[in-house]
Amino acid sequence: MKKIQLPISETEIRKLRIGDDVAIFGEMVTARDAAHKYMLEKWPRFVDDLIRDKAIYHCGPVIKEENGEIIAVSAGPTTSIREEPYEHEVIAHYRPRIIIGKGGMGPTTLQAMKEYGAVYVHATGGAASVIAKSIIYVHKGYKRKELGDPEAFWKLEVRHFTGVVTMDSHGDSLHDIVEQRSKEKFYELIS
Amino acid sequence: MSNLKTHFVELLRRASTQLPPDVTAALKAGYQREPPGTAAQTALATILKNIKLSRKNSTPLCQDTGTNIWHVYHPQNICQCELEQAIREATLEARNRAYLRPNAVDPITGLNTGTNLGIRFPVISFYGWKKQSVRASVMLKGGGCENVSAQYALPVAGLHAGRDLDGVRKVVLDAVFQAQGKGCAPGIVGVGIGGDRITGMIEAKHQLWRPLEDKNPNALLAKLENRLYRECNQLEIGPMGYGGKTTVLGVKAGSIHRVPASYFVSISYMCWASRRASVTITPTGNPTFHKQVPSSQECNTPNCKG
Ligand code: SF4
Repeated sequence: MKKIQLPISETEIRKLRIGDDVAIFGEMVTARDAAHKYMLEKWPRFVDDLIRDKAIYHCGPVIKEENGEIIAVSAGPTTSIREEPYEHEVIAHYRPRIIIGKGGMGPTTLQAMKEYGAVYVHATGGAASVIAKSIIYVHKGYKRKELGDPEAFWKLEVRHFTGVVTMDSHGDSLHDIVEQRSKEKFYELIS
Repeated sequence: MSNLKTHFVELLRRASTQLPPDVTAALKAGYQREPPGTAAQTALATILKNIKLSRKNSTPLCQDTGTNIWHVYHPQNICQCELEQAIREATLEARNRAYLRPNAVDPITGLNTGTNLGIRFPVISFYGWKKQSVRASVMLKGGGCENVSAQYALPVAGLHAGRDLDGVRKVVLDAVFQAQGKGCAPGIVGVGIGGDRITGMIEAKHQLWRPLEDKNPNALLAKLENRLYRECNQLEIGPMGYGGKTTVLGVKAGSIHRVPASYFVSISYMCWASRRASVTITPTGNPTFHKQVPSSQECNTPNCKG
């Protein structure tokens, strides 16, 4: 398992290849559907620091507030493909090094990852309690009122957040490989 | 009937934080099947760890606590509005205790109600029965797997899928192929054969209440289920779509009559986090929480899908 400390440089991120197991440490921010739309419509400045050389996590956590402390009790990945229309522009403008989610993404994102140096890390979908354990601190929720808690930008501090690199900065995608193989099998089964 | 709300909150806690034993067992079997060191096995190990941790800490198995689908059986002397109110109050309470995420979004304004309550949200079906007790079952159906659910109108020329069970087989395989890992594979595939576009999908969802190990009473459907289970796994999509032997944990099919002109096949894909729970409450308000959602057999009411 490879240890990734955020922020991370382009050179380091380009060393990762599909199939690599990674454990991520440091700061990341959640952003899902409404947040992606928001980033490209309003170009908010506060997002710059949250993202540059760090990670965007496709996640809408279950948040609990206790004595003024914010806790993410359940925080697994959401389906990433919904951000396909936005992600390449988000990568080009805000320059994250890692996109975390589930299900993988499409060719335009893969192209942007190749061009700007970023990877896609697939977290285990549904493993929300385990992942929440690796979130050691929730710094702040941005735009909670406007976007609602599941859609807000949550700045997180993580320790040993695990996943698998399924898309890398060299144009390779594990999702494409699996899909291609299953397609051949599928045609065999229906013929 | 007293204490309904309290029992419903407890039911939601169990549904959201404890996976039914049959699903856990199937995931364990998948873990044994995948070669050590593969991404597939690591994913299943994480899932199994997650199941333990969620149960221990009463935290949601998945942060997407889904659409809550309730089936409520009740004696005739209880008003459905009383039951509905108790369910809505329990939903809010479960959200406040972070067993459920606020999941109700207005499609017009994009605003989240924040309460996890909305128009026809949660979804409740009532059935009157002859017993004096109330039985409430709830299923948490995630959005990611709902998005990869599908409906086909046979024939489908591109797949050479005709209007027979082999045509059904082909479109189910297509749906599972299209879904890849996006519905949080390994999934459970509910299939509704026949009906119209609404009733077919309801039948597909009904199938998801069945425990994985049960056997379809219809021999032809039992055969179809077994074959599809085997063939879906031959697609080697694997857990999370990483590739591997465990693509689905089960296939469950039911059929309802159709009109001559239509032949729909409705497919409801359920993620590995197949959360369902059930409680029976006596007239004096004592609850029994079931390990497994009881099957319809024990109710004598015609058409009762307990
Ligand atoms: S599909 Fe299921 S396991 Fe996956 S994120 Fe949605 S609810 Fe959770």
